Amino acid sequence: MDKISSSHNIIEKRQQMPRQEPGKRIHNFNEVALGYTEEQALKESSRCLQCKKAPCKTGCPVEIDIPGFIKAIKERDFGRAIEIIKEKNNLPAVCGRVCPQESQCEKVCTLARKYEPVAIGRLERFVADWQINQNKEGVFKSPAGNRILQKAGKPLIKIAVVGSGPAGLTCAADLAKMGYRVTIFESLHAAGGVLRYGIPEFRMPKYILDYEINYIKSLGVDVQLNTLIGETFSIEDLFKEGYRAIFIGTGAGLPYFMGIKGESLNGVYSANEFLTRVNLLKAYEFPESDTPVKIGKKVAVIGAGNVSMDCARVALRLGAEESHIVYRRSEQEMPARFEEIENAKEEGVKFNLLTLPVEILGDEKNWVRAMKCIRMELGEPDESGRRKPIPVKGSEFIMEIDTVVVAIGQGPNPLLVRKIPGLKTGSHGNIIANPLTGETSVEGIFAGGDIVSGAATVIEAMGAGKRSARAIDEYIKTKWEGKNAKN
Amino acid sequence: MGYIILNKEELAPGIKLFDIDAPQIAKKFQPGQFIILRISQKGERIPLTIVDAEEKRGSIRIIFQEVGKTTTELGALERGQSIMDVLGPLGKPSEIHKYGNIIGIGGGVGAAPLLPILRALKKMGNRIITILGARSEKYIILQKELRATSDELIITTDDGTLGEKGFVTFPLKRLLENGKKPDLVWAIGPLIMMKNVCVITKSFEVKTIVSLNPIMLDGTGMCGCCRVTIGGHTKFCCVDGPEFDGHLVDFDEIILRNNRFLEQEKISLEKYRNG
Repeated sequence: MDKISSSHNIIEKRQQMPRQEPGKRIHNFNEVALGYTEEQALKESSRCLQCKKAPCKTGCPVEIDIPGFIKAIKERDFGRAIEIIKEKNNLPAVCGRVCPQESQCEKVCTLARKYEPVAIGRLERFVADWQINQNKEGVFKSPAGNRILQKAGKPLIKIAVVGSGPAGLTCAADLAKMGYRVTIFESLHAAGGVLRYGIPEFRMPKYILDYEINYIKSLGVDVQLNTLIGETFSIEDLFKEGYRAIFIGTGAGLPYFMGIKGESLNGVYSANEFLTRVNLLKAYEFPESDTPVKIGKKVAVIGAGNVSMDCARVALRLGAEESHIVYRRSEQEMPARFEEIENAKEEGVKFNLLTLPVEILGDEKNWVRAMKCIRMELGEPDESGRRKPIPVKGSEFIMEIDTVVVAIGQGPNPLLVRKIPGLKTGSHGNIIANPLTGETSVEGIFAGGDIVSGAATVIEAMGAGKRSARAIDEYIKTKWEGKNAKN
Repeated sequence: MGYIILNKEELAPGIKLFDIDAPQIAKKFQPGQFIILRISQKGERIPLTIVDAEEKRGSIRIIFQEVGKTTTELGALERGQSIMDVLGPLGKPSEIHKYGNIIGIGGGVGAAPLLPILRALKKMGNRIITILGARSEKYIILQKELRATSDELIITTDDGTLGEKGFVTFPLKRLLENGKKPDLVWAIGPLIMMKNVCVITKSFEVKTIVSLNPIMLDGTGMCGCCRVTIGGHTKFCCVDGPEFDGHLVDFDEIILRNNRFLEQEKISLEKYRNG
C-alpha cells in the first residue's frame, strides 16, 4: 500500500467548490455548483500523490485511469486529461456532477486516510466542462464512430439497446467504439432516461446531457425516440430485424407509494411525476411550456435519498414557503449524498426525522390539507444493517402541509420484462442477470443498471453497461463471427 | 421531422379527425390502445385513443375534442403539417371475445374509441346494440360507422334534436328493464356518463367495461400520475388499463383527480387564445 511519506508536499485541504449563494439560488433553476476555475483545478491536481497502486482506480466502477488524468491536468494538458477519461467514461460531465465519489474513488484515496481526499469528481467535471467550452456548438466534426466502423473493416453487426439512461448510453457507446452498429430505443421524446427526467437542471443542466448524448451519437450510435420496446416493437421484432444482441437498460421506473390512506388526493405526487413534470417537461417555465405543476405553500417530501433532496429543493424553487423532508429513520441513515443534504439544509429545507406518515388528510375538494404522522425510535439493526425504526405509541401528530411528494424509491419497470418469454426475474421484478456480463436467462439478451439491481447510482448503471458491452462483443465473436456475420 | 397529418376532417364543432403517418404504430395497433402525443418543443404530453389504423397506408386515426390548450392547438394543425412526437400503441388492448349480446354506449367524443372495439366485437360474432349520445344533433359523430357495426343503433341527444331526448342511460335502463339483459355493456364517454351507466348496470348485475382517461405523462408506468383506484387497489391506467371493470372503478376519485390542474389549464388556454 502506498504510504503518505514526509517527502510529499501534502496539501491537507481540497479546493472548495464555488457555488451559487443559497439565498439567490432558491429563486432559480441554474446550476448550484459552478465548477472549479483553471487555477483551482491546477491546485487541486497538485494534491494528488500519484500513488503507484492507485486505489482510486479500483474504487471506480468504470475503471478510469484517475492518476493519469490528474497528472495531465497538473501539466495543463486538459485535452489529454479528458481523452484519458473518455477512454473509459462516455459521460464525464455527468459523472463529474452526480457520481457519489465520496463513497467510491475518493473514499479509497490515499490522502483520505489522514486528510481530505483529492477532489477527483470535481477535477473530472472541470476537464469535461473544459472540453464542452472548447466546442460550444456541440458539433463533432469528424464523427469518430464512422471512422471506427470503416476501419474495423468487418461486416456491420447490429445491436439494440433498450433505454437511453446511463446504462444504455454507456453500453451503446462502448459497442460503437468496438465497431458495432448500435441503435438505442427510447420511449420518451428525449434521450437520457433518469438523467433527463430525474435530475434537476440545478444539479445537472440539460445542455450538458445534450452534449454528452451528441458525443455518443457521433460515435455512430443511432437513437430512436418515441419507441417503446414491448409495444412499438417486440423483442422478437428486433431479432427479426437483424439485431444480434439486445441490451436492456430500462431502469427503475416504477414509483413506489406508501400504501397509506390519502395517497390519491390531489396534491400528492410520486417523485417521478413531480420531477418529470419539472425536468423533462419544463413545468417551471409554465405557462411558457404547456405542462403545469401545482405546488402549495408547505411541501412534505417523504424519504431521504438523493431523489428526495432533489424534490425538496425543486419545491423551494417553485415557490414553496416551506419544504420538508419527512424520514422515518435518523440523520445517520439518510441514503442521500452528504453534499446533497448540505445543499438542501443551506437552502432551508427542514428535516423531520424519525417521523413516519400514517395518513394524508384531504379537504372537501379532495386536496391535501395535512398529514398525520407518528414519531419513531430506533431499535435493533434490521436486514439492511440499519437500526430499525419503531413507532412510538401514542405519538401521532398532525403536520399542516398542502403538497406531498412520495420519494421512497422506485422498482424495476415491469412493462417490457413481463413480455419476454423465459426471462427470469427476481422477487422485486428485477431481471436476473450475471453481474459480470449482464447475461440473462434468454440467449442474446443482456441487461444492466437499475432494471437488474433495483434503484442504485448512475455510475453503477454505467459500470454494468460497460461490462455488458464487453460481454456482448464476446458473445458475437463466439457465436456469429466467421459463420453468419455477412448480413 | 415528426409525424405528418395525412388527412383532417371536422366531424362536429370542435371535434376533429386526423389520420397520422405512423406506420409502426399502425402495424401494432389493437382496439382499446392509445397514443401519447406532443405537438411541439414546449408542448405537454397527452393521451388519445387510436380509433383506427390502416396498415397499408401506415396511418393511424385519432378523433379528439378541442377542450384545452393542447387539443385546441392540435385542432389548428392542417393536413401536411406534423406532430413532433407520437408514442404508441400504449395500454392493454380490449379483451375481444364472443360474449353474446352486448350493449355499446358512446357518449360524445367517446363514440370514437368505442368504434374499433365494437367492430372487433362484431367480427367475433357478438350481437350489438349501440347507444350513441351527445348534447345535440350537431355533436353526434360516427353515426354511419356505428350503424354499420351494430345490429341496432339508438341515438339520444340532451336537447332532443336527434333521436330520443335525454341521456344514454335512459334507453339503457329501458332495455334492461324490458328483460333485454345483455351479457356485457361497453361504455365510453365522459366520466360522469360512465359512472351513471355503472350505477344502472350494477343494479342489474351486468358486467360493464369502461375506458378511463386520467392525466398522463409518460404513458409507460413510470410516473404514477394516472393512478386510479380499482376495487380498492391502486392501478396505473397507462399500463394496467385504460379499460377496467366499471363496477370496481372509483369514479368520484378520478373525476376529482382530473380536475387538479383546471386553474392552470385555463391560464394556458387563455394565453394561447390571446396569441
